[in-house]
Amino acid sequence: MASSGSRRSGAAGRGGVAGRGLSGSVEPLRRLPVTPESLRALRSRVRLPRASSLAFPFTAPSWPGGIDRPPVEKNLGMDYDSEWARRYPARFARVLVQELVSRPLVQAVASPTVDGLDRISHLDEPVIFAANHVSHVDAPLILSVIPERWRHRMFVAGAADYFFDTRVKATVFAFLLNAVPIERQRASRESVNRVASLLAEGWSLLIFPEGGRSPDGWAQPHSAGAAWLGARTGRPVVPVYVSGTRDILPKGGNVIRPGRTIVTFGRPLQAREDRGTSAEARALAERLERAVAALADEQTTDWWTARRRAASNTTPALTGPEAGAWRRTWALGRGAGRDGGRGTGRGGGRGTGLSGLSGLSGLSGLSGRRRGGSGTERWPAD
Amino acid sequence: MPRPGFVLEVDRSTPPILTWHGEGFRLERLPAGRSRVIYAPEPLEPLEDPDDAIRDALLNPLGDSQPLPSLLFPGMKLTIAFDDISLPLPPMRRPDNRQRVIEAVLDMAAHAGVDDVVLICALALHRRMTEAELRHAIGDRVYDAFAPHGLLLQHDAEDPDAMVHLGQTDHGEDVEINRRAAESDLLVYVNINLVAMDGGHKSVATGLASYRSLRHHHNVKTMRHSRSFMDQEKSELHSSNWRMGRLIAAAGVKVFQIETTLNNDTFPSQMAFLQKREWEWSARDRGLYLATERSLAMTPPRAARSIFQSIKAPHQMTGVNAGEVEAVHRATTEMVYRQQLVHVEGQTDIAVFGLPHLCPYNVNSIMNPILVMCMGLGYLFNLYRGQPVVRKGGVAILSHPTPWAFHPVHHPSYIDFFEEVLADTTDPVEIEKNYEERYATDEWYRHLYRTSHAYHGVHPFYMWYWGAHALEHLGRVIIVGGEPRSVRRLGFSPASTLTDALEMASDVVGRDATITHLHCPPIMLADVH
Repeated sequence: MASSGSRRSGAAGRGGVAGRGLSGSVEPLRRLPVTPESLRALRSRVRLPRASSLAFPFTAPSWPGGIDRPPVEKNLGMDYDSEWARRYPARFARVLVQELVSRPLVQAVASPTVDGLDRISHLDEPVIFAANHVSHVDAPLILSVIPERWRHRMFVAGAADYFFDTRVKATVFAFLLNAVPIERQRASRESVNRVASLLAEGWSLLIFPEGGRSPDGWAQPHSAGAAWLGARTGRPVVPVYVSGTRDILPKGGNVIRPGRTIVTFGRPLQAREDRGTSAEARALAERLERAVAALADEQTTDWWTARRRAASNTTPALTGPEAGAWRRTWALGRGAGRDGGRGTGRGGGRGTGLSGLSGLSGLSGLSGRRRGGSGTERWPAD
Repeated sequence: MPRPGFVLEVDRSTPPILTWHGEGFRLERLPAGRSRVIYAPEPLEPLEDPDDAIRDALLNPLGDSQPLPSLLFPGMKLTIAFDDISLPLPPMRRPDNRQRVIEAVLDMAAHAGVDDVVLICALALHRRMTEAELRHAIGDRVYDAFAPHGLLLQHDAEDPDAMVHLGQTDHGEDVEINRRAAESDLLVYVNINLVAMDGGHKSVATGLASYRSLRHHHNVKTMRHSRSFMDQEKSELHSSNWRMGRLIAAAGVKVFQIETTLNNDTFPSQMAFLQKREWEWSARDRGLYLATERSLAMTPPRAARSIFQSIKAPHQMTGVNAGEVEAVHRATTEMVYRQQLVHVEGQTDIAVFGLPHLCPYNVNSIMNPILVMCMGLGYLFNLYRGQPVVRKGGVAILSHPTPWAFHPVHHPSYIDFFEEVLADTTDPVEIEKNYEERYATDEWYRHLYRTSHAYHGVHPFYMWYWGAHALEHLGRVIIVGGEPRSVRRLGFSPASTLTDALEMASDVVGRDATITHLHCPPIMLADVH
């Protein structure tokens, strides 16, 4: 109604100016021809491409993990050499971009609140930061809030099949994030060696153990890569929990919507005595997954409740209920988020009407407490 | 070098998989970690010179047969029978294999001075072909030489004067076949072997038979004991046809069998993406997919049907064998397996079958709900050797619009079967017991079969029996995107999306059920171990 009203008033205004201009007795229009109302009206008339439209087949298909790629192009994927991005000219340029562009932009778009820095203040570099992953915003957000002594000597583990599949993408991500290609399906010897040598050189690592962004808002099981690196190198692994980013840019989304985010750093985890063994890596992986879930619980409830639940092993799992797609989506948040009800209708529940901050509150805890509810309810018991 | 078929384990990097949906297709994302997709082998290299290969096969027959020229003599009665419109699928581009082979046979017959030659289209109980369809199958030269003289016949299983009873097998099966074929000095059968079930003794024992004969193997018991139709060792349908074929040979009918095989190059280049692996789609493939999909979405169903029915496959001949029936069919089957077999490890809880626009019984016609059932549970379910792709008690998810639509000329008895029989029961045994005889002997259906272009009155029953094994084997059948009232009439469950269907299937097979999608067409055969 607002848009049609504005169209009518605009037309009347133009008509009036023209008509009265002839008589020369009326003042000219004292405003720009483009107004917020007219922009809204234009947007309502123009159909923007849906997020799902920009996926396959509009874009090139992804390559299944189990299928060997034909050797068509060298120096891409796992073969990409990002060494140049850690030389001083690139580092200097990256610091400028991070401080002058990325951080102000992240502040403006994500308004981050940071908790738990006191838990890592005693650590020496290098460190492995292991975070949950729901959005492309996660990496720049975490990089912008990590204390300065780590921030400019960080590298990010990026999926070789996604960030390094074309030369342009590989260059951009290597420069902006100091991304290093790794395989997301398995921790191959090549991946581990590459990352371990950078840790040995004093670079800290940001890694997303889920291996990719969550398709439906719920976390995915961790792969063993982060824990394996922690076990092998003996460096501390800091669990990080990020919430609110899915509302800003969900997987498959193409429009950034400013919102509020919280980044919580947990107590660092250290491999035990028998470090480097696969048993220790497995144990560390389990501890890491539990620690991230406890941080989510801490955001949703409070530190004490979260600690008690962690101690009694009743911390709600981040992977959500064992249920069908719609019930998982439903359990994410019952209140309509900003996108409430705007489902894509396909893709196993991806984006089916959630994605608002309140939609994520069950998972990540921009909790009802902050919004006036209890925020502790997760999902009906199965 | 064509790549063999293979099984893709779906992971998070797997792009959405193309799934057929009648006159259209969808890109469906399968759950990672518990799904797999079976891809057909790539098309085999065709014969360099098919005409030369045919001639060579006729001169060097397999088994104890003599070369064709030495079987031909002046004054003899020669009958050439050939497969009908149900083969191949989609219909192949001209020249059809049948045209090439029949012309080669007729060349030799002309050279030998044979005057009494009759061509018979082996319809069994299928509909009569139109002139255009016949011209496409056997070529204008042959058609124009024989049809005007009444020497191009279509098998009429309901003409009592045109049938002859040859006896009963040791299992008590009546063998009644076309009189002209039976009483000829030589019956040459020209076959196109699309799947392992085709050809062999089935060509004559089924293609030229009557209801009296067919009911011995086209029944619920036989269908349930054919596991599968494509596995000759375990197919009761095959065994029954073989018994009949041997009786036909023992009765003195001399059959010279010519079987041809095709590669699975199924779609023209504009639709080549339909037989490519999704992650190998080029920008052109993606553009063509989008253009096709968007155009089809705006096309009325009838127009879309016409477009799809006009597709002529670029199938090419990969082999030709001639001579004694069983020896020929052994060689043919080997070639079919070479093109279609895919090694599959273990069964699955849920099988997903995307149903295309076409099955053997709706060429230039409508895929009605009964044919949807037959295609899904009769054909695609049975594309296995060893054991079914889906475990006993598992779920089959079919994807097809399943409109409540019938071709009134081609499928008149189907309409009544759907309205009357399925409204009463979907149990094949009950249907067979209570209704089959009445439909099979109905005078009006008989009249339409003989004089119009209608399938026989009993044909919808056979379609239902075709899926009898699957109905017994499966815990549930769900049709994605099907018209709900049609789907419910079939006794199945409708679902709007594949996600919904998987959710519904979880009631039967649990939440972590494994899923297998048969990426078909192109045709393949899952060798399940």
